[in-house]
Amino acid sequence: MQAVQVKINQKMAFENTTDSGNETKAARIVFHTKDLNLWYGADHALKNLNLNIYENEVTAIIGPSGCGKSTYLKTLNRMNDLISSVRITGDVHYRGRNIFDPTYHVEELRTSVGMVFQKPNPFPKSIYENIVYGPKLHGIKNKKILDEIVERSLRGAALFDEVKDRLKENAYGLSGGQQQRLCIARALAIEPDVILMDEPTSALDPISTLKIEELMQSLKQEYSIVIVTHNMQQAARISDRTAFFLNGECIEYDVTDTIFYRPSNQKTEEYITGRFG
Amino acid sequence: MGERQYKSEIRAHLASKKKGKWFERSISPLLTVLASISVLTTIGIVFTLLKEAYHFFQETSVWDFITGIEWTPFFASDPKYGIWALVSGTFTITVIAILFAAPIGLAIAIYLSEYASDKVRRILKPILEILAGIPTIVYGYFALTFVTPLLQEVFPELSRFNALSPGLVLGVMIIPSIASLSEDAMTAVPQAIRQGAYALGATRLEAAIQVVLPAALSGIVASMVLAVSRAIGETMIVTVAGGSSPNFGFHPMESVQTMTAYIVQVSTGDAGYGSTLYYSIYAVGFMLFLFTFVMNIFSRYISRKFREEY
Repeated sequence: MQAVQVKINQKMAFENTTDSGNETKAARIVFHTKDLNLWYGADHALKNLNLNIYENEVTAIIGPSGCGKSTYLKTLNRMNDLISSVRITGDVHYRGRNIFDPTYHVEELRTSVGMVFQKPNPFPKSIYENIVYGPKLHGIKNKKILDEIVERSLRGAALFDEVKDRLKENAYGLSGGQQQRLCIARALAIEPDVILMDEPTSALDPISTLKIEELMQSLKQEYSIVIVTHNMQQAARISDRTAFFLNGECIEYDVTDTIFYRPSNQKTEEYITGRFG
Repeated sequence: MGERQYKSEIRAHLASKKKGKWFERSISPLLTVLASISVLTTIGIVFTLLKEAYHFFQETSVWDFITGIEWTPFFASDPKYGIWALVSGTFTITVIAILFAAPIGLAIAIYLSEYASDKVRRILKPILEILAGIPTIVYGYFALTFVTPLLQEVFPELSRFNALSPGLVLGVMIIPSIASLSEDAMTAVPQAIRQGAYALGATRLEAAIQVVLPAALSGIVASMVLAVSRAIGETMIVTVAGGSSPNFGFHPMESVQTMTAYIVQVSTGDAGYGSTLYYSIYAVGFMLFLFTFVMNIFSRYISRKFREEY
C-alpha cells in the first residue's frame, strides 16, 4: 500500500490508562488508534480517530449507515488495502506495532486479527476443508493435528454437535446461521488474538443471532472482539464498550452502560433513543 | 388524486393493440420455425453422414475401420482403412495444443481476474479476442513458414511437415478462448470468498490458486473441453503445416495426417463420386462428429457436476 503516508512514530509510549476518564479497571490495549484519517478518493471517510481497543472485551461500534464504522473495522486488519483509491494518515498500533509499517506483512497481521463478514462467506468446499484452510495455508500438514483443530474450532464456534457427522459435506448445505458459525470456526482455526465482526448477524434470523451473541460472550474469555452492528440492542446486550460513529468521526466512546444510560454527547443520545439513524 | 391526464391515451393504445392481435399470435410459431431450422439442419447433416458412411461400410468392414491402424486409401491394390492412423494424428496435434495452451490460458485468466486493474482488463480482453478472430489459414501459413523453420533451428531432425508446429500454433489459437472463458468463470466467484481467504492471511496468489480456481473449476474445465473440441475439429492449420502421412502413434517431429486434413485432401483431389475413396470421407467425418459430440456432452456433464452455487 504505497499510498499510506504514515509517519512511523517510533515506539509509542503505552500505558494502561485509557482515553476515557471514568475507567475503573486497567485493561490491556490491543489496538491503539492515533489521529487516523482515511479517504476513499476525495471522500473523507474517517476523521481523526483516536480510540483504544482492549483485551478480552467486546467492543461495539455503532452509528448510522455510511458513518465509517465498517471502514474503521476493515482498517484494523488492513482489508482496505484491496481498494486502490484508499489513502490513510495516522497510526494504528496493534500490540505496540504500527500496522502500516512497510515491514509489517499484512498476512502476518491477518493471522492475528481474524475477521467474520456480514454475509457468511464459506469457501465452496467441505466443512472440514473450510476449517483446515487457514492452518494448512500456514504450514500445518499433520492430519491428526488438523483433525483436532477442526473439532476444537467447531466446538469453539458451538457448531460441532450439529455438523460432526457431515464434516465432508459441502458447507453450502448448512443454514445461514450455521454457515456464519462455520466462518467463526474458520477464523478460530488459526488461533487469532482479535476477531473483527462486520455486522455478523444482520443476514441471520433471530435464533441464529442469539446463538452468535451467546457465542461472543464465551469467545471474549480468550479473544478480543470488535463488532460493527446496526442493532443497538445488540450492542447494549453484548458489548463492554461502545463507540458511536457519525460522519466519519468518533463522537463518543465509553463503557457500554455509560453510552446507553448516561451519554455525554447529545448526538449519541439522539441516536440511541432513535431520533435519527 | 389529480386529474388523469394520460389515461385516454393509454386506453387508445391498448385498443389499437387488440386489432393487431393476429401479429402477436403469429410470433410464437414464427420463432418456432426459425428455431427448428438449426435443429433440422443438424439432423440433416447427421443423416447425410450416416447415409454416405453406410455406402462406405458396404465395402469395408466396420471392425477393420475402428480397429485398424493403417490408413492407405490410395493404394490401388488392397487399400487399408484403419481410422486410428488418422485419429492418432489428430490426437498428437490436439495433445500438443492443449499442453501448450492450458497453462498459458489459465495464467492469463488468473492475471486478468485476480491481478489486472479494470483498465488493463478493458484493453487486454479485446486484444485476446482479436487473436481469436484471425482466419485459421493465416495461422496455418504462420506455422508452416515461420514456426516450423524456427523450430528446425532447435530440432534439426524436425521434418518440414510435422505435428509439433501446427500443434503449437493451434495452441496459440485456442489460448484466447481458454483465457476468456476461464476468466469469466473466475470473475464470477464472489469477492466475499476471496476476502474470506485474505482475512485468513492468504496472499493474492494463494487465494487465486487455492480458493478461486477450485471454485471456478466447472467453468475452467468446460473451457478446456471446448478448446479440445475445437482443436479436434480444426482443419486449415493442420492441413497446411501438418503434412499428409497417416501414421499410427505419437510422432510430434514427423509428418502426420489428421482426420480433417484427410477430408480436405480427398475433397480437393479427384476422387470420383461413388468411389470407396469418396465415401471414406463421410466415414471419417462421422468419426470426427462422434468425437466432438462426446466432448460436448462431457463438457455439459462437467459443468453441471461441478457447478457451484454461491
